[in-house]
Amino acid sequence: MVYVAMVTGFILILMGLYGALTNSNILRMIVAFSVANTGVNIVLVAVGYIDGRTAPILDAAVPVAEAAVRIIDPVPQALVLTAIVIGLGVTTLMLAYAYKLYEIKGTLDIAQFSELKW
Amino acid sequence: MIDLMLLVTIFFAIAMIGAALVAIRVKQISIAMLAAGLVSLLASVMFLFFAAPDVAMTEAAIGSGLTTFLFFFVLGRVRGDQRD
Amino acid sequence: MIKRFIVLLFLLGLGLVFAGLLSGYSADNELNLTGRYYAEHTAQDIGAANIVTAIIVTYRGLDTLGEVTVLFLTATIVAVLLGRGVAQKGKSLQRDLPKSGELLTTGSFLLVPLILLLGAYVFINGHLTPGGGFQGGAIVASAILLMLLTDPLRHFSHRLISIIESISGLFFLGIGVLGIFLAGGFLDNRIFPIGEFGSLFSAGAIPVIYSLIGLKVGAEFSSMLVNFSETEGS
Repeated sequence: MVYVAMVTGFILILMGLYGALTNSNILRMIVAFSVANTGVNIVLVAVGYIDGRTAPILDAAVPVAEAAVRIIDPVPQALVLTAIVIGLGVTTLMLAYAYKLYEIKGTLDIAQFSELKW
Repeated sequence: MIDLMLLVTIFFAIAMIGAALVAIRVKQISIAMLAAGLVSLLASVMFLFFAAPDVAMTEAAIGSGLTTFLFFFVLGRVRGDQRD
Repeated sequence: MIKRFIVLLFLLGLGLVFAGLLSGYSADNELNLTGRYYAEHTAQDIGAANIVTAIIVTYRGLDTLGEVTVLFLTATIVAVLLGRGVAQKGKSLQRDLPKSGELLTTGSFLLVPLILLLGAYVFINGHLTPGGGFQGGAIVASAILLMLLTDPLRHFSHRLISIIESISGLFFLGIGVLGIFLAGGFLDNRIFPIGEFGSLFSAGAIPVIYSLIGLKVGAEFSSMLVNFSETEGS
């Protein structure tokens, strides 16, 4: 189960990078980046999973004394939570820049932006 | 029981890869954005299988909800350029 | 064509790296040292039932402060990039907007208060159930989004949003600094009594801090959405 999720995450990262590198429309590149972002999150969550254990929330079903043998690793989850929020920030910034570029040039084709090309 | 979980995980994995393929290859950009949102939504269900309800909530609310809407806000402003 | 070949070559290399990682990975059967420490000490040290919340707000509180700062910077940059000058404000629309239907208008009247209530519930109960400031903030922002969908030209007060954002940010920092004087260090949650494990008013300052984070994050997401929406008229 862990391996399935990790393979899926890696495939999503590769597909997202392929889409970002081969598409010429800036909006499509941003969409591809967000797919790659999801893939990274899946890999990180899968690393923290331990077979047959439950979520890191202590309640009647998971008493405090048995916590260490009943719950999965909470650290990757905290990391991924941060990563998702920052991912939205990055996507928003990319979209704002894309909109600004469209306002200046009237197009979103990356081949038209040749000022800094060498 | 365990095998059932494995089967469901594999099903979701295939669905996610299919949605990602759509997000990257399809001609209309609006469908690509919806497919990227679908990848996030399926990922949030998968986080639930991996005993991470906090992450699942965040992914469903932020990764799948707000991001898709932001994409569509920008797409609405740059109409006429949606095919590549 | 040569470009696509280089891209495929690069991805093949990356795929080989990933395959190496996968073949070298072996699933753990028990928690590592950090995870075990958090699992054993959270209940008596922090008093929060949700260990992920305890890590985010207290053990790694400084990271969360940085995360909120990144979001604040993003919201500011978006406002600077997309904000319109005063002179352009009266410009007419490029295209006619379709009227939002009766169903959406009436539905948003009913749903917006409920969604705001759910958001507040999620971030106040962050230390007991799954959820917390970031999720609650996103839910609050989705209520703003529903109002924007009902009336795209509705004017939201930027001043109100920024006042909510700055005041909750200041209080967040203030509680963090109080932790230095009253408890163990910056952002320590034990400035208030830890209380009874599992009840709403427990875990010291965590509900207060997470509510402030929720308000701040909600205000930041709302400001991004409003800024993107207001480009309509330009």
